[in-house]
Amino acid sequence: MADRKIRVLVAKPGLDGHDRGAKVVARALRDAGMEVIYTGLRQTPEMIAEAALQEDVDAVGLSILSGAHMVLVPRVLELLKANGQENVKVFVGGIIPDDDAPRLLEQGVTGVYGPGAMTDVIVRDIRQSCAVEPVK
Amino acid sequence: MAASQLINASLQPILDGDRLALARLITQVENGTPQGRLALSQLFPATGRAHLIGVTGPPGTGKSSLVNQLARYYRQPADGEAPRRVGIVAVDPSSPFTGGAILGDRVRMRDLAGDPGVFIRSMASRGSLGGLARATAGVVQALDAAGFELILIETVGAGQAEVDIASLAHTTLVVEAPGMGDDIQAIKAGILEIADILVVNKADRPGAEATERALRGMLQLGHPTPHVFRHHGQLERVFPGEEEPAAELKPAGETPLWIPPILRTVATEGTGVPELAQAIARHVCHLRETGDWQRRERTRLQSELDSLLQESLVNRWRGSVSEASYHQVLQDLVERQISPWRAVSILLDGGV
Repeated sequence: MADRKIRVLVAKPGLDGHDRGAKVVARALRDAGMEVIYTGLRQTPEMIAEAALQEDVDAVGLSILSGAHMVLVPRVLELLKANGQENVKVFVGGIIPDDDAPRLLEQGVTGVYGPGAMTDVIVRDIRQSCAVEPVK
Repeated sequence: MAASQLINASLQPILDGDRLALARLITQVENGTPQGRLALSQLFPATGRAHLIGVTGPPGTGKSSLVNQLARYYRQPADGEAPRRVGIVAVDPSSPFTGGAILGDRVRMRDLAGDPGVFIRSMASRGSLGGLARATAGVVQALDAAGFELILIETVGAGQAEVDIASLAHTTLVVEAPGMGDDIQAIKAGILEIADILVVNKADRPGAEATERALRGMLQLGHPTPHVFRHHGQLERVFPGEEEPAAELKPAGETPLWIPPILRTVATEGTGVPELAQAIARHVCHLRETGDWQRRERTRLQSELDSLLQESLVNRWRGSVSEASYHQVLQDLVERQISPWRAVSILLDGGV
């Protein structure tokens, strides 16, 4: 029987060691019925893109609190595209200055969430953006 | 290769090692789509080459770390051996309430990132209770067809009854850790039966000795002292669990009994992993020499056939009974107008 689940990779690129936010979001997505692949701290963009490929995910959630988002996020987008996964939606959470958020969205990020973001909103956004089966 | 010539050209990327094509095929297989089923059917002639190694045991005993180390070892084996391509299928449980899951096995497998000879796929159990997902066998076939020579299958954390892995893998490792106290006895009884190799992981921790002793004790109960006659007629007793008893104590020409060895490892450091790989290699030799490989293949395919049959029969039956009719019978049952057995017989006859 066909049984499709939204699969989301939750990853922490870069060097900051604060994964509480990533875990809270991972748990919220789990409770919303999604399958969350959690990869842990200190991932390189290459590791993230490779995991996204092997796991054939619908979305990637990146948690960054180090300030390096303007370097790390574009690199992940680039690698996903190079792997033929331009359909994968990318969400970014963490400490992202207000000025940077629109620039990330412009580059192809689907949603940016800062401190105080409601998990319900994140769940809704992921559901909506992944509702359409990507062209395979 | 002869087998691959029979396969539909659209599946050629899988055989050629296209990782995105493989990942997408696995999704189709996991979701049970008709395309996935068709692709697996066509790829089937290219399967049957991989050695399937199951890794099971209670939660938190270090299964993922051990899988990580084993895969590292097989990628860079001891001198004289060629590196082998390793596929990994790691199953974690789905929530019985929301169907969601946290698949966290990759956290322990970061050493393998960037190696094109390794492919890791996480799976949620999606309601299956045997320690694997319903689609795990299919996913393993996809990896097999894609040319992965060793496939490590990590089950959900398993207690007593999650023994499906034994009918999927050629070699089953049961991983334990020290500090399980008295309940170790209770846990062992179910899971020991399926172990081809027992691993005491976290062996640098206090209590490793006691855990090994408990395992050895249970093994001796499980294999009631097999007796073997040597060629000069002297009765030899094989003590289960001792280092490499099987090969030396048995005369040629008789079917030797495989006695699960017990190995100690510290997966976080890689200690004991080469020895574990050797034990796995010995087990493969044993399976091949005794004909057990063929017997296991047969059992494996039979259990897959049976579960597919059951699934298909249920699906076919569902197609034959209307939803309304089903709910009417359920309502009658809830109101205790009919018994559960009566309900089954009504539904099998096409409903009300």
